[in-house]
Amino acid sequence: MSKHLSGSQIVCEALLNEGVDVVFGIPGGAILPLYGVLSEYPDLRHILSRHEQGAAHAADGYARSTGKVGVAFATSGPGATNLVTGLATAMMDSVPMVAITGQVGRTAIGTDAFQEADITGASMPLTKHNYLVMRADDLGATVHEAFHIARTGRSGPVLIDVPKDVFTEMGDYDPEAPIDLPGYRVPGKADESQVEAAAELINQAERPVILAGHGVVLSRSFDELMELAEKAQIPVVTTLLGISSFPEDHVLSTGFPGMHGMAYASLAVDEADLIINFGSRFDDRIIGDALRFSTGSKKIHVDIDPAEINKSIRVEAPVVGNIKDVFGQLIPKVKQATHVGWLQHIEHLKAEHPSLKIPESDRLMGQHVVKALSDVTKGEAIITTGVGQHQMWAAQHYQFKNANSWLSSGGAGTMGYEVPSAIGAQVGNPDKLVWSICGDGGFQMTLMELATVVENKLPVKYAILNNNHLGMITQWQGFFYNGDYQAETYTANPDFVKLAEAYEIKGIRVTRQDDLEAAIAEANAHDGPVVVDCVIEKVDDLYPMIPAGQSVQELIEEPN
Amino acid sequence: MALGNGTFQRTISALVQDKPGVLARISGLFRRRGFNIASLAVGRSERPGMSRMTFVVEGPDEVVRHVAAQLDRLIDVVEVHDITEQNIVWRELALIKVSAPAATRSEVLELANVYRSNVIDIGIESLTLEISGGRQKIDTLIELLKKFGLLEVIRTGRVATLRGTLIEGEDDGLFQADASAPTYILPVPTGETGSV
Repeated sequence: MSKHLSGSQIVCEALLNEGVDVVFGIPGGAILPLYGVLSEYPDLRHILSRHEQGAAHAADGYARSTGKVGVAFATSGPGATNLVTGLATAMMDSVPMVAITGQVGRTAIGTDAFQEADITGASMPLTKHNYLVMRADDLGATVHEAFHIARTGRSGPVLIDVPKDVFTEMGDYDPEAPIDLPGYRVPGKADESQVEAAAELINQAERPVILAGHGVVLSRSFDELMELAEKAQIPVVTTLLGISSFPEDHVLSTGFPGMHGMAYASLAVDEADLIINFGSRFDDRIIGDALRFSTGSKKIHVDIDPAEINKSIRVEAPVVGNIKDVFGQLIPKVKQATHVGWLQHIEHLKAEHPSLKIPESDRLMGQHVVKALSDVTKGEAIITTGVGQHQMWAAQHYQFKNANSWLSSGGAGTMGYEVPSAIGAQVGNPDKLVWSICGDGGFQMTLMELATVVENKLPVKYAILNNNHLGMITQWQGFFYNGDYQAETYTANPDFVKLAEAYEIKGIRVTRQDDLEAAIAEANAHDGPVVVDCVIEKVDDLYPMIPAGQSVQELIEEPN
Repeated sequence: MALGNGTFQRTISALVQDKPGVLARISGLFRRRGFNIASLAVGRSERPGMSRMTFVVEGPDEVVRHVAAQLDRLIDVVEVHDITEQNIVWRELALIKVSAPAATRSEVLELANVYRSNVIDIGIESLTLEISGGRQKIDTLIELLKKFGLLEVIRTGRVATLRGTLIEGEDDGLFQADASAPTYILPVPTGETGSV
């Protein structure tokens, strides 16, 4: 049944038909016609961000934590370009998002009009697909196509650019119209011969390791991963983004490998005779030197994206399909096994290379903060982070018990992700405890979103690991630039407690290890947002470390 | 096909939706993935709303073997085939304007004849030849015409299609499969199609 509506109304009705209940955004001239009809659609909750990057990261955090498509609105020109970091972040980590941007009127396009930017051109390499919609009649179908593309296959962000006068133009919308995308196929089950080949390698392996990537999380295959790992007694190493796909208190849990992963995880991957990769793209932070990556192992690569097969690492057994479907095909073919000797060796590696030992110190250190958070919240909070040392300490020292409780910008490495992504996670999970572990650098990139937190009464807890430094930069300048420290110190950080109070947020400062647990408990008990300013050791290097482009042979386990 | 120096050449045929920006999407993909386009030919196909593109890409084997898979990720790309190792016929076309005053004109015409090229324009001091065929044939004619004075050379990209029969012809455009090059098999996923 076709309806005759304005472009703005078509967008809203199509969003509601896609099950959208919340949108993150900021208005501006070109998108005002869309905001002009929002009052007609009270079921479409709009959360006003303070910067478009915040809107995009909030939509991303909402999407990662709920599995639904996150939606962001922005206006033309700078509004749209401010979204771009958020789109790139979602693209690199395959997060389903739809961004709707206003554009200047159709006749003004290409004239360098006020607030004009070619956002479809700019976002082309940073989105899974994008559209410039030139007729209101096309809007409904475009929104439905965009959601289909964003959430299926290898999920990702899709941008829809809408000229101002297309929002106001009347057009026809048929919610039942079929989607026609002849060039888009969604992989489901894998070819049976590929699954057979993979099962045979697993059944023959003596030292197998599962490498669980973000694909396991995105396909919500937690139970299947557990079933396979337990059936054949295979240790599970996750990638950074695969964290929380497997409970870390499980005996088969073997940490995460790579640049700042646990030494025992990197060693297990190196010594394995079979790597079973589920939904990881063999990222350079894991493989380091591709020619020296786990040279003694055969590799199975299960991925929904055929273009990832053999991209970085040549594999013996590619399996292209939806991870969840592939688990279903594979598990019955895998024989029960025990791998006693190999599991004993893994336990030995864990004992010999503890990796997570916190150095003896009277001072408060980043690791202490994360460890205390993990203990007090029993590993059950949703954790978001920015990028840098605090992110790696969070990944290392928080013991995740719940599936899909780790939100971090892995591929893009976007500082500032921590503040708005926690907003999205809290909006999507109003009854869960959300802790954002922040660096003082990243926090200051997006702290204006504290206003969004307050305005929407979101009880997000922020822990700033505040060392007045760009910690990872300091570490790299020390390691690789002969200690020539440049632009690594923040000499004018605000008083974060006073800053929180300026937003009417509860602020707590912690300077001593002994006060940590009480402060975290106090934050948890507070019915509202909290900023905990953790004043940590100024300069502290992060271990273990495999320098970029190197291999496990160059692994530095702890300071000399 | 190995070109030496670790460089390989692959021929890829793609059916794409005729939408604004599709060429920008494809050229952007080639640029950011570091694929080097040796030639590109685009035109309407036999299917309404679809264009066919033929790419010749050059680069290290590991890199160029991913071109088809990366292209297939683009939503507007409907079909993509790496036809390098297939039994294909292909053609390129060149227009060559060559200096041909009375003194050398007959010699130029004789060469043109041998190469089965057509004279499509005659000036007082020049001739314009049209030649189609395989790259080597065109390269050779151009080389031979150099001594007369090349005024302008315009070449198209390669267009290619699978042969209709399984019997290999003797055509100069036939792309011989290189047995030493590993065959790239695009894993074909099963599952629902894009139309729902």
